[in-house]
Amino acid sequence: MSFEPRIIGFLCNWCSYTGADLAGTARMKYPPNVMSIRVMCSGRVDPSFILDAFSKGADGVLVCGCHPGDCHYVEGNYKCMRRIPLTRKLIESFGIEKERLRLEWVSASEGGRFQEVIKEFTEQIRALGPLQLKEWKFEPPVESEHMFEVGRA
Amino acid sequence: MAKPKLAVYWAASCGGCDIAILDIEARILDVAEFFDIIFWPVAFDFKYDDVRRMADKSITLTLFNGAIRNDENYEIAKLLRQKSVIMCAFGSCAAEGGIPALANLFDKDAIIDYAFNKAPSVDNANHTVPATRYQVPEGTITIPSMWNTVRSLGQTVDIDYIIPGCPPQSDQIISVVEAVIDIIANGKPLPPKGTVLGATDKSCCDECKRQRNIKKIKNFIRPFEKVLDPDLCLLEQGVVCLGPATRAGCGAKCVSAGVACRGCYGLPANIRDQGAKMASALASVIDSTDPDEINSIIETIPDPIGTFYRFSLAESSLRRVQR
Repeated sequence: MSFEPRIIGFLCNWCSYTGADLAGTARMKYPPNVMSIRVMCSGRVDPSFILDAFSKGADGVLVCGCHPGDCHYVEGNYKCMRRIPLTRKLIESFGIEKERLRLEWVSASEGGRFQEVIKEFTEQIRALGPLQLKEWKFEPPVESEHMFEVGRA
Repeated sequence: MAKPKLAVYWAASCGGCDIAILDIEARILDVAEFFDIIFWPVAFDFKYDDVRRMADKSITLTLFNGAIRNDENYEIAKLLRQKSVIMCAFGSCAAEGGIPALANLFDKDAIIDYAFNKAPSVDNANHTVPATRYQVPEGTITIPSMWNTVRSLGQTVDIDYIIPGCPPQSDQIISVVEAVIDIIANGKPLPPKGTVLGATDKSCCDECKRQRNIKKIKNFIRPFEKVLDPDLCLLEQGVVCLGPATRAGCGAKCVSAGVACRGCYGLPANIRDQGAKMASALASVIDSTDPDEINSIIETIPDPIGTFYRFSLAESSLRRVQR
């Protein structure tokens, strides 16, 4: 079976989610790989949400917010603008391709832009392939004979 | 009535936790008076077989320090879990991997190669590296096998409580020991499983006495680059201080002494990932709204992964480096 990327999209309530809604009502076609999570502001997206998504099987994470200057909460998207590069640096240090985390500004009227972003990002993640975390879950070692020799007189 | 039994064990640790227990000074006599210490490799000459011969659940309390990074650590963790009523992860390493878990930034082979071949201080012309099994005329010698990924105690066996800290502070150990003695002696109910003992639910900043204003940072510095104001928040002065992402309980000792918090008390309550929390806190104080400038400010943070996860890499969301 071919690889279908699993992407988590955090969309801000005021711009990007409405933009996605516009893309839907305008019947614009885009790949169904993004699972959207509506947040009140892109500034609500804590880096731990992103790492959590990767640890639970996401191949990519997309964060969308209002354009700089347009934030409903005045400066939430600027917080996001600073968090994403720092989180990107962290995931890169963890050995995960930094392209798997993407930040885009999509306004409520940019349904077409939302469509383009989803298409492009899905193809990018498809090209990167699945994210497989190695040794995430603890697997008890197969009990070898010498384990029972430990400390035996 | 027989005394309740106490076991203390060290796995992948430095021994500092054992010293911290002795650091409660004369109170150690109360501990020895109340408990029958049946296993403590650092202090007494008990053998693993002594523990193996004990009945299941016959040890009242086990204080387990150290991370789990080889077969021996794991075997003894399982053994003590089986024999103990209360299994307590004692110190950062047992609680969340601690310093040994920084090994998760590399692979086992790379670590062994560096330690035995590449480190500048090593003189190993024959490239001798450890083997788990070695034949000598008298028979076969074995050593436990090292793991590729360091684990916290709670990832490998079921644990009841956590006492964080590198090491846990002696006043906190005293209060925990007194509480445990009170609970056992007077038949009081135990706190809920998973409780973090000897610490509070707030962050280290809550205990910090330094003055705090609105933080706006244009570049991060390392402490030697500047004479620091002794009364002002360290983070405000540009030093990466893990206080906002670290549990309170230590009394903010490091920051009082002028050293940035390194995060040894682990995650505050309701936080999942210490490094992510720190990234979030730092991003909030960067003083810029220009993407390029933001990137250049971020570049001034020394070693983000090693700093943010200095004590908690094994318990981080991603556990280890993926390369």
